[in-house]
Amino acid sequence: MKNTFKWAALALAATISLPALAHKAFIVPSSTVLSDEEAWITLDAAAGNDLFYFNHRPLNLEHLAVRGPEGYVQEIDNRAEGKLRASADVHLTKPGTYRIGTSMEGLFAFFVDAEGKRGRARGTPENIDKQIPAGAKDVRITQTQSIVETYVTLGKPDASVFAPTGKGLEFVPVTHPNDLFAGEPAKFRFLLDGKPAKDLEVTVIPGATRYRNAQDEIKLKTDAAGEFSVTWPAAGMYWMNASVEGGKPSVAKAQARRASYTATFEVLPQ
Amino acid sequence: MRVRFLAAPLIAVAAASASAASIDLTVGIPQLDVSEYHRPYVAIWIERPDRSVAADLAVWYQQKEGKDAKSGKQESGSKWLADLRQWWRRSGRDKSLPIDGVSGATRPVGEHRLRFETGKAPLGELAPGHYTLVVEAAREVGGREVLSVPFDWPPASPQHLQAQGKSELGALRVDLDP
Repeated sequence: MKNTFKWAALALAATISLPALAHKAFIVPSSTVLSDEEAWITLDAAAGNDLFYFNHRPLNLEHLAVRGPEGYVQEIDNRAEGKLRASADVHLTKPGTYRIGTSMEGLFAFFVDAEGKRGRARGTPENIDKQIPAGAKDVRITQTQSIVETYVTLGKPDASVFAPTGKGLEFVPVTHPNDLFAGEPAKFRFLLDGKPAKDLEVTVIPGATRYRNAQDEIKLKTDAAGEFSVTWPAAGMYWMNASVEGGKPSVAKAQARRASYTATFEVLPQ
Repeated sequence: MRVRFLAAPLIAVAAASASAASIDLTVGIPQLDVSEYHRPYVAIWIERPDRSVAADLAVWYQQKEGKDAKSGKQESGSKWLADLRQWWRRSGRDKSLPIDGVSGATRPVGEHRLRFETGKAPLGELAPGHYTLVVEAAREVGGREVLSVPFDWPPASPQHLQAQGKSELGALRVDLDP
């Protein structure tokens, strides 16, 4: 009986999708392919239902990180958070590929409180216990990891920022993400804790959703090597997302983990 | 000292007798009826069937630092080279600029004649095979156009090939001489 209840709670947890992931988050760079010796780019970051419009809320860029061919870029200026979008300027000074993004990590607790009501709370490994009311039962803590990023290349593209760390859900390009052209296939790979993330569902949606009547989602699935291919139907900005529930949480308190990866790509015309 | 004197004419003779095949190009930059005109950036190169670049022949762009007309800010001419999208992808991004004997200033409206000879930079020695000559033009506040002319090298007999641009390029004539 107890076991059945646990499974019910788990199913419930799975159906209540985490609110933070309900909207599409994105970072859109002002350029993705630059030919100058050094360049400033600007980024817009937001979350909402429409791509790529700022009509819901800004993305928190407090932990924006820019990695380039020579490590982390320090020169990030004019960080601002508006009502609908956040922005920042980044100075690129060395040729190569830059990975620009933000990663968020947290804990999400589902529980049944002393009065028998279902509840949920979010927090960090340090404070999650305080968010869960005393006497709560059937506490289930999910670790959430989410990455939102984009890629920009100054001069010659390189692959130094693609080296996987072996932690969480990671995107490893086979086709360089700043070498995408309409009508051509691009191949990418996902790893989960350093191993191929097979059978992972990947969603690709072209931008400019305001000017058409359908999402035009492209649904893909990774193969045994964690790889998938997408042939870009047209030039434009694209949003890509994959998320996975499973694997081993890196926080002892958590019983489950949900990891998601979101990226923005620019596809150029031939 | 003596050896050098002897060697120079020998090399010249060897090069001339091996092959002196040449490519003569006429690239038309059309007159456009637009209120804001900037000379186009143009790249001319030879591609192999796998689209790798066998030779960059010419790249015309604003070489010196100039002032942006609107903001008055200094900006380098290479800033807009990525607008030559195909050339940038196939070759430009891998090169350090300017490219000796290839980079040049933007050119005015008119027909521009160019001659490339085997054994001489920038054509050098082109291995026998099938190629495509590509001309790409991109104009600030304007459009972009790519013309391609396939050819076989070396030519068995003189050949006249051509392509016609519709927007940013005019007539392209390619004369191959064995």
